[in-house]
Amino acid sequence: MGMQSQDIIRRSATNGLTPLPQARSHELEVAKLIDVSLCTGCKGCQVACSEWNDLRDEVGHNVGVYDNPANLSPETWTVIRFDEREDEAGKLEWLLRKEGCMHCEEPGCLKACPSPGAILQFANGIVDFQSEQCIGCGYCIAGCPFDIPRISQKDNRAYKCTLCADRVAVGQEPACVKTCPTGAISFGSKAEMKDLAATRVEELKGRGHDGAGLYDPAGVGGTHVMYVLTHADQPSLYHRLPDDPHISPVVRGWKEWLKPVGALGFIATLAGAFVHYMGVGANTTDETPPTEPEKELEDAGQGPNEDGRDA
Amino acid sequence: MDNSNLVLRTKLIDRMFHWSMVSCFTLVALSGLSWFFPSLNWLGYVLGPPQLARVLHPFLGIAVFGLLMCMFVRFVHHNLFVRTDLTWFKHIVDVLLNKHGQKLQIGKYNAGQKILFWGIMSLISLLFVSGLMIWRAYFAALFPIPVLRLALLAHSVAGLALILLVIGHIYMGIWVRGSIGGMISGYVSRAWTRQHHDRWYEEEVAPTKPLPSKRHG
Repeated sequence: MGMQSQDIIRRSATNGLTPLPQARSHELEVAKLIDVSLCTGCKGCQVACSEWNDLRDEVGHNVGVYDNPANLSPETWTVIRFDEREDEAGKLEWLLRKEGCMHCEEPGCLKACPSPGAILQFANGIVDFQSEQCIGCGYCIAGCPFDIPRISQKDNRAYKCTLCADRVAVGQEPACVKTCPTGAISFGSKAEMKDLAATRVEELKGRGHDGAGLYDPAGVGGTHVMYVLTHADQPSLYHRLPDDPHISPVVRGWKEWLKPVGALGFIATLAGAFVHYMGVGANTTDETPPTEPEKELEDAGQGPNEDGRDA
Repeated sequence: MDNSNLVLRTKLIDRMFHWSMVSCFTLVALSGLSWFFPSLNWLGYVLGPPQLARVLHPFLGIAVFGLLMCMFVRFVHHNLFVRTDLTWFKHIVDVLLNKHGQKLQIGKYNAGQKILFWGIMSLISLLFVSGLMIWRAYFAALFPIPVLRLALLAHSVAGLALILLVIGHIYMGIWVRGSIGGMISGYVSRAWTRQHHDRWYEEEVAPTKPLPSKRHG
């Protein structure tokens, strides 16, 4: 959205040697905390998201589950996931999770993005796509450990939750937080949200949810959207929420290893060619016609200098 | 034009395949490099704004692949390895040091050129397949994300390797005088042919003896 051009801590496809604008680096890190135990699946957050961001996804089809729309899309930036689970005692549990961008501290999308400035990470932790810089390559989709970005078929740009960067920039909470009728979504500084989560986890444990805990995965440096999960020991129960999300080693190898090796390869190849040329000179041909008929020599290496040149 | 001292080395159709492929390859390679090395982002502007470059890159890549496949059909029979290629390998240092005069039994293409041929053909095939897989507008949605990551890595590795090979190829063209002109006009001199491709000269350009006694490998 480009609302905060003076507090950028990461910019896609940008050399680390050129510092980013950080005049407001005192920005507080923010976080959204989603307490799944308080969610009733009303989808008010989905409506608020569409309303604030002025998104009008096409009306889809019922695919046999309550998830509606059935998936994230370029025009649906958050979806409540409904997962049924039977525990060991045969008791049915309905696990709800508001899915959307996690705003990773180490964003895989930003690492993968080849377009300078198409993805920004602000000092407050928000990771935002700058749609006008997006080239539609889809690398962010490969980079994301959570399968969040979606490329629009209409304009070939990637979209996802902005954490309402435009609202947060002017001191408002995200639209989903504002609208949640059960108080399942909270917003504030990351430290406050962790404190709040600790209180909630204690309450849940007190009510017999031994596996309750905070989902703030260290593999991506923590996230600026966190969950209180009743089964924090098994995050994947919640619609395949990754147990240990991290940027894929393949993506890291591509961006962190192959890039410098490739650069060295170029330098070595060009330098090698230049040194070779300086050392041995051009490989020329003497065009003077031979003075005597060529002899046939069976043994290579003993023939006369056919072209009369010195080595 | 007096062609008596000249040898037709590359026919017009093959030169057309080669240079049209070069035109497309230059654009594809520069735009690809602009995404692999974002600090060289400006290279991508050979195809217009980055969004347009992203649209055109795959189509031009398919053109490169198609033209190279035409060249494969036209050139493959000259690029099969034969026993006398070993002689070239044994004398590679002399070759690189401009030490001429030895008869290295080099056919229409030397062993290094054959390596280049097979390197280009295998890398472009890998680029073609991986490029289709990561083509977001049409095919990427058909593949699971972990597969796409591998395809992206393979595409980058193959692209880099191919560009480095091509830099070597261009350098050889600059170093070996007469070869770029030969690829443009199609003609090289007899002396050039004897110097660089002695076996090809003796067997096909100006056979002096019945062929069977000259066969190598």
